[in-house]
Amino acid sequence: MNRRGPFAVLLVAALAVTLAFLILPIVAIFADTPPGDLIDSLGSDASRDALWLSLKTTLAALIVIVVVGTPAAYLLATREFRGKSVVVTAIELPLVLPPAVAGIGLLAAFGPKGIFGSALADAGIELVLETAGVIVALTFVAAPFYLRQAQAAFAAVDPDLLAAARTLGAGEPRAFWRVAIPCAGAGISTGMALAWGRALGEFGATLMFAGSFQGITQTAPLAIFASFSTDFPAALALSAVLVAISAALLLAVKLLGRSPLLGGVQA
Amino acid sequence: MSSGLEARFAAGLREFELELELAVEPGTCLALVGPSGAGKSTALRVIAGLHRPDSGSVALGERPWLDRERGVDLPPERRDCGYLFQDYALFPHLSAWRNVAFGLKEVPRRERRERATAVLSRFGAGELADAPPRELSGGERQRVALARALARDPALLMLDEPLSALDSTTAAAAGRELATTLAAAEGPAILVTHDFADAALLADRIAVIDRGRVIQSGSAAELSAQPGSAFVADFTGAAVLFGTARATASGTTVVALDGGGEVRSSDPAEGEVGVAVYPWEITLEPPGTEAHGSALNRIEARVTSVTEVGSRARIGLLAGQPLVAEITGESLARLGLAPGVGVVATWKATATRLVAR
Repeated sequence: MNRRGPFAVLLVAALAVTLAFLILPIVAIFADTPPGDLIDSLGSDASRDALWLSLKTTLAALIVIVVVGTPAAYLLATREFRGKSVVVTAIELPLVLPPAVAGIGLLAAFGPKGIFGSALADAGIELVLETAGVIVALTFVAAPFYLRQAQAAFAAVDPDLLAAARTLGAGEPRAFWRVAIPCAGAGISTGMALAWGRALGEFGATLMFAGSFQGITQTAPLAIFASFSTDFPAALALSAVLVAISAALLLAVKLLGRSPLLGGVQA
Repeated sequence: MSSGLEARFAAGLREFELELELAVEPGTCLALVGPSGAGKSTALRVIAGLHRPDSGSVALGERPWLDRERGVDLPPERRDCGYLFQDYALFPHLSAWRNVAFGLKEVPRRERRERATAVLSRFGAGELADAPPRELSGGERQRVALARALARDPALLMLDEPLSALDSTTAAAAGRELATTLAAAEGPAILVTHDFADAALLADRIAVIDRGRVIQSGSAAELSAQPGSAFVADFTGAAVLFGTARATASGTTVVALDGGGEVRSSDPAEGEVGVAVYPWEITLEPPGTEAHGSALNRIEARVTSVTEVGSRARIGLLAGQPLVAEITGESLARLGLAPGVGVVATWKATATRLVAR
C-alpha cells in the first residue's frame, strides 16, 4: 500500500462522492415507498400492460438484432474491404445520436410522409403508433451495442482455428457455427445483454416514432413517464422493477464475461 | 493408390514475391527451411487453399486442386490435406476427442467417439480423450493435433513448425515420434521449419527458401557437403568466413581471409568466396604448437565464449572473423579454455567448402 498522503485522501473522497451520487437515486426508488405498496401498485392494468409490452418488444428486437447482426458482425470481423471503416462508423453512429434525433430520423424514413412511408403503406405495413413501430425504434437504438461487441468477439477468434476447421472438411457455414460462434460466445452474450438493457430503457425514439398508447406502444419507461405526475407510487413501482431487471442483466454480463461455460468444455 | 504433389505458383507478399515450384513423391517428406518471413508458411497455406496465389497450379496426382488459368480453385474443405498448425489450433471449446471427431463428419454419429479415441490412442493420447485443450501440455497438444489432422487419412500431410512450440526435451521425443509417423505415411508430406536439424531428422529432401525462392534443394547430406551459398552453409550449421580465393599450382585453392590470415581448400574457386567449415571439423591446440599432422589450415584465434551443451562445448573464436569450434567437455577441461585464452584452430583443406558469398 502507498503511504496516505493528501492525494490519496483526494482520490478516496472523489470515489465516495461518485458512488453516493450514482447510488442515491437508485436506493431512493426502493426507500421511498414500503415494499407492500410497490407490489400493490404493480396491480394496475397500465403497469402490467407496460411491463408485458416491454418484454415482448425488447425480445422481438433482440431476435431481429441477433439473427441479422451476427452474420453482419462476422463479415466485418473476418473480411477486409474498401470502405470498411466507413461502414463501421455508420453502424456506430446511433450510439451517440440523441434519442430525439433518432425518433425524427425514423419518422423521416418510415413515417407516413417519410422516404419509405408510401411503400410501407402500399405493403399494408403500419409502424407509427403501432407495436411494430416500437420494435423498429428499439432495434435501431440497441443494434449498435450488439454489433460492436459481436464484431470484437469474432475478431478475437484466432484465424488459425477457422483455417483448421476448413482443412478438417468443414465448409465456411460449419466453421462459423461450430467454431466461430462458440469461440466468440462470451462476447456475443455480453453484446446481447447490453443490447437488451439498452432496448429495455429506450424512451425518446419510441415516444416520437410510436407514441405512448397503453397496451400498444406504451413500454415500461413510457408508462413511468405517463404516470409520474398522477400516480407517483405506480411510477416508483415500475421503476423498481426496471432497476431489478437491469441489475440482473448487468450481473449476467459480468458473470458471462468470466464464465467457464462459454469457451469452456463440451465433454 | 497414393499420388504425388505438384505445385507451382506465385503470390505477392508484403516485401517480395513468393515463387515456388515443388514436387513431392508419395511416401516422402519435403522440408521447406528458411528464416522467419521467408514465405514458408504462406506456401503451405496456398497448397491447403487458405491463401489464393496470383497465378499457378496445385495438383495431387491427376486431381487439380488449383489451376488459376483454367479457373479451378477447390476450397480447403475439398482438398483432402491434413494440416498441423504451428500452435496446433486446437478448438478450445471442445475436448480432445471432439477435436478429433470434428473431422470425422462422414463417420456415423454413434461411432465417432470410439473412432476418435482409437486415433488418439495410436498417438499415445488415448487417456486424454476427455481433457480440454487448456489442460494439455505442449507435447500432448501436439499429439492431439496430429491425431486430428491424420484421423481423416488425408492424401497430403502438411506440418507447420511442428516442434517449435515445444521445450527442447519434449521436442526431441516428439521429433522421434513424428519421424515414425512420417515414415509410415503413404502420401506426400511437407514440413516447414526454421531449424535445419529438424529438417534433417524428418525430411527426405530439403528445400532452402529465402525471400520467397528456393535457393538450393537436396538431401540433408548433400546440402551439408555442398552448400551452394554462404546462406545455405550458415543454415546447415557451418561457420562461414569471407575472403578472396586464388588457385595454386599444387591444385589447392588459397583464400586470403578478409580479417587477415590464409586458409586452403580442395574446392576450386576464384575471386570473392565464403569459406564454410563445420564446427566439429575444427581441432583446437595450445598456441605455439608445431604443425605435425595433415591439416593444412592453422589460424591463431582468441576464445570469445564457451557454451557447454551436454558432453560437448561450443567454443566461440575470433580469428579476424568469428568462428565456432565444437569439442568434447573432456578436451575443454584439458586445454583449460576460457574467454580471452589464445588457441590455434586447425582443420583440413578437404573439410573446407568454398561457396558463393
